[in-house]
Amino acid sequence: MKSTLSRLLALVMLVVILAAGCAPAAETPAPQAATVFKVAIVMPSSITDMAFSQSMFEGLKKVQAEMGGESAMEIAYSENLFKVPDAAAAIRDYADKGYNLVIAHGSQYGTSLEQVAPDFPNTAFAWGTSMDTFQASGINNVFAYQAEAQQGGYVLGTIAALMSKTGIIGETGPVDAGDAKLYIEGFQKGAEAAKPGTTVSVTYTGSFSDVSLMATAAETHIAAGADMLTGSSQSVVGAIGVAKDKGVYWFGTQWDQTSLAPEAVVASQVYDWTGILKDMIASVQKGVMGGKAYTLTFKNGGLVIAYNPAITVPAEVKTAADAAIAGINDGTIVP
Amino acid sequence: MGELFTLPVLLGIIYSGIRLATPYLFAAVGETFAQRSGVLNLGVDGIMLMGAYSGFYVGMKTGNIWLGLLAAAVVGILMGLLMSVISITFQAEQGISGIGLQLFGLGLSSLLFKTTLGGVESINGFKPVRIPLLADIPYVGEVLFNHNLLVYAAFLLVPLSAWFLNKTTFGLKIRAVGQNPQAADTLGVNVTRVRYFCVCLGGMLAGIAGASLSIALINLFQENMTNGMGFIAVALVYFGGWRPYGVLAGALLFSFVNAFQLWIQVLGINIPSDFAIMMPYVLTILALAFATKRAQQPAALTKPFERGEN
Repeated sequence: MKSTLSRLLALVMLVVILAAGCAPAAETPAPQAATVFKVAIVMPSSITDMAFSQSMFEGLKKVQAEMGGESAMEIAYSENLFKVPDAAAAIRDYADKGYNLVIAHGSQYGTSLEQVAPDFPNTAFAWGTSMDTFQASGINNVFAYQAEAQQGGYVLGTIAALMSKTGIIGETGPVDAGDAKLYIEGFQKGAEAAKPGTTVSVTYTGSFSDVSLMATAAETHIAAGADMLTGSSQSVVGAIGVAKDKGVYWFGTQWDQTSLAPEAVVASQVYDWTGILKDMIASVQKGVMGGKAYTLTFKNGGLVIAYNPAITVPAEVKTAADAAIAGINDGTIVP
Repeated sequence: MGELFTLPVLLGIIYSGIRLATPYLFAAVGETFAQRSGVLNLGVDGIMLMGAYSGFYVGMKTGNIWLGLLAAAVVGILMGLLMSVISITFQAEQGISGIGLQLFGLGLSSLLFKTTLGGVESINGFKPVRIPLLADIPYVGEVLFNHNLLVYAAFLLVPLSAWFLNKTTFGLKIRAVGQNPQAADTLGVNVTRVRYFCVCLGGMLAGIAGASLSIALINLFQENMTNGMGFIAVALVYFGGWRPYGVLAGALLFSFVNAFQLWIQVLGINIPSDFAIMMPYVLTILALAFATKRAQQPAALTKPFERGEN
């Protein structure tokens, strides 16, 4: 008897614990107005990651404010769904609940979206980062979007190479693929073009969230002589801390990372998704549910270099950076 | 390849390896106590996250990182107490309740982070303390004896724990409870109390392990910042044959190889990064396959104790 009771109690506690452990899908209560546009987003990391997910979430909030607040546009989000099966369930769930636009904010969600989208022809989906809208497989309700991360990488690489005293630059990435790869290779190209002979070393940690190993990677670059660092993914917060402690400079991407270390972050490439979000929403309201691939570039205003006002970038370096942006925009530079 | 075996690189590997090993040491030595008493606590990672969060939060709000460290230790004990109630008193399946505890710690620390902090911020954590004379030893002095206090504490914990487990009466009781609780019970050892103590001690050390990340090594808190370190700590206990020195060997091997593979990448040695990243895991598995004596495993590990059974 005692044993049955205690097992039951243990089971109840376990259920409570499991329930508390599962990431809650935060939802804004649905307003009554019939015209409200409902957007849901599924993200691999958190809305406070200082990187990929935060850039999109803040973009959505900005669009919401412009459209007239929660009565005009409703945002629901599920974060930290790095695992594809969990994300796939959330995507299907949002589509089922009648959201107008469901954003799958992670390249790993592609195959799931290809399966879910055809079941909900009246829902528009968006998938990034990718350039594939699945039109080739007969699906017409998926938008695709990608940041041309190599453009900002090239410009920041230019600045870093011109500011470096040791001529050594370290880059710390998560995995050798996708958005991180674009950025890191663009940065390398920019640095080598701005100052031939600059050494750019690249490390990957194999994880988007291993803050500790990312910090150690930054330490290693510094020990090898690097005085300018950059990196991609939400785990770079660890590396930024190291840059601050060791007195070297950091270049951010995806989101403005200045607030983390005002004494170390020189500039960041910021993703501004508002333009493409507004275009997608306008499209959906006109009845076009997908089929268009968007890119963030300097030219369309989707990429912005945010300088940290607390760190002086020499005027000639800024001129070189502006020249690089102009070159990218007119096509003379291909990062 | 030759540039890999230069003095600065070797010293760099030692320095980074020592720092990387610190959280693993706290967590795995703590888990050694729990397992030696017969309780497998798979929730170490969740406790680490709660420790990392509370250490950071209290340290930031009070401006005193010592209070942060204390908070991490207390929260670790409370998490250990929760695990004890579930797995010792209610005799729930240890593997499953441990996973539950891990998810609980992950969810709660993320929730608290969102509601109280809202975004990633940094803190001035424990500063390196240079040990006079020892740090003046040429070459190795600077990499071995210029760390923050928690790094030294983690390494001192190993001989201290080995002594406590093997040379003290209470250590003997712990081992007896993990080996043969029925016999220990007939000799008047309070099995439940010893296990509660060990799981709570393990919880405290896991909490400090988390704090070593958030207020000493990385000096910020981010959701799920341990990234599964707690599970590696549990594996290190098996790797170390349930002995603190074995745990130390495992933690150092794993951390040094990790530091080594980063240098391989930094120096641009032409191996795909995926292979470099795999190295610490592959080597640990190999060492585990060839070196461990399973006979070391506490006989009563994962088995709940009920008086009067058998």
